[in-house]
Amino acid sequence: MFRGLNFSAQPGELIEVRGANGSGKTSLLRILCGLAQPSEGEVRWNDQNIRSLGEEYFGSIAYVAHQNGVKDELTAIENLRIAAGVAGNSLGEREAQEILARLGLQKESYLPSRFLSAGQLRRVALARLLITKAELWILDEVLTSLDAAAMALSAGFIGDHLRNGGMAIIATHQDLNISATATRRLEINSSVS
Amino acid sequence: MFGWLVRRDLILAWRRRADVLATFFFFVLVVSLFPLGIGPERELLRSIAPGVVWVAALLASMLSLGRLFGNDYQDGSLEQIMLTPQPHYLLVLAKILSHWVISEVPLVIVAPLLGVQFGLSQNTLGVIAFSLLLGTPVLSLIGAIGAALTLGLRAANVLVALLVLPLYIPVLIFGAGAVSASVEGLSPQPYLLLLGATLVLSLVFAPWATSAALRISVE
Repeated sequence: MFRGLNFSAQPGELIEVRGANGSGKTSLLRILCGLAQPSEGEVRWNDQNIRSLGEEYFGSIAYVAHQNGVKDELTAIENLRIAAGVAGNSLGEREAQEILARLGLQKESYLPSRFLSAGQLRRVALARLLITKAELWILDEVLTSLDAAAMALSAGFIGDHLRNGGMAIIATHQDLNISATATRRLEINSSVS
Repeated sequence: MFGWLVRRDLILAWRRRADVLATFFFFVLVVSLFPLGIGPERELLRSIAPGVVWVAALLASMLSLGRLFGNDYQDGSLEQIMLTPQPHYLLVLAKILSHWVISEVPLVIVAPLLGVQFGLSQNTLGVIAFSLLLGTPVLSLIGAIGAALTLGLRAANVLVALLVLPLYIPVLIFGAGAVSASVEGLSPQPYLLLLGATLVLSLVFAPWATSAALRISVE
């Protein structure tokens, strides 16, 4: 798919991954998460191969994928609280409610998620970013199906995350309008071999 | 973390209880069909009861395996669970434990009642329940490996049967053996000990094998 890719991210840095459909953006992000293995090469976190770090590495990353990972049968609040609980952080009902309200879901927080629209489900998935302590956010086409308000909102909190010394790697086709001190663009060209 | 995952799966099962009830009634019906089909031949019924109950439990358990990881795989929540900073062994064990509570414990409870149709003694009914209590966790543990390996494949249901049923054979032999021994007035203890040994063995290895299989399937 792609080869000869070499890059690193520093605290506060935003990396935009660009490339045509099928160029391997999602595959790259999954490799960075440790969900997939590269056929050659390795991913390092603080100079250590992520494979040797094991689940310790998963505490440092948050991944929002194409699929939201939101359960239809659970309410938005339950989805958020359970995601936090399984990750080993406890999240009170009020805190969960506040985070959802920040994302404009105050009315929907007690509805089973199957009644939510695609954009609202995306917001629930993004809410997970606000409950982790992960330094590195890995986001795959986060802006799809979000309206202008939600786009501005997520650009805002991604910016906050970067200002606090976090990192973000975002695959996207659109301009993100995230205010970051350091932004790097990574173009992936599928090499025909 | 462990508790949250179990709680999550129990809530999900409760909100989708039609799925759970389907396998439960499958078990009840299959076991009940035999006395109806064979008629009131006491001796024959008593000698086939152990095999019938155990084979039905095996099949019912297999029917429910698709739910173990399938739904979570499709909506992306399995990936999210695997990306939590927790040992995969424990995450998988929590999923298997809730699967056992949801799909197998009801069978353990109802099996002695169904055994009455076969004219079994009270003692034997107790052995049925106890052997299932020891054996059904093994079914969930071994089944999880098959469920993880066939995740996302198109003919997953058929494949899972081909993969898992041969591995269920020892459990079937020991479980049905315990009940048969009790029907014939012998001590079921050796069989129950063997069942216990398979339980310990699969408890150690199955979650580990399942998490390795999940990593391959998710990739």
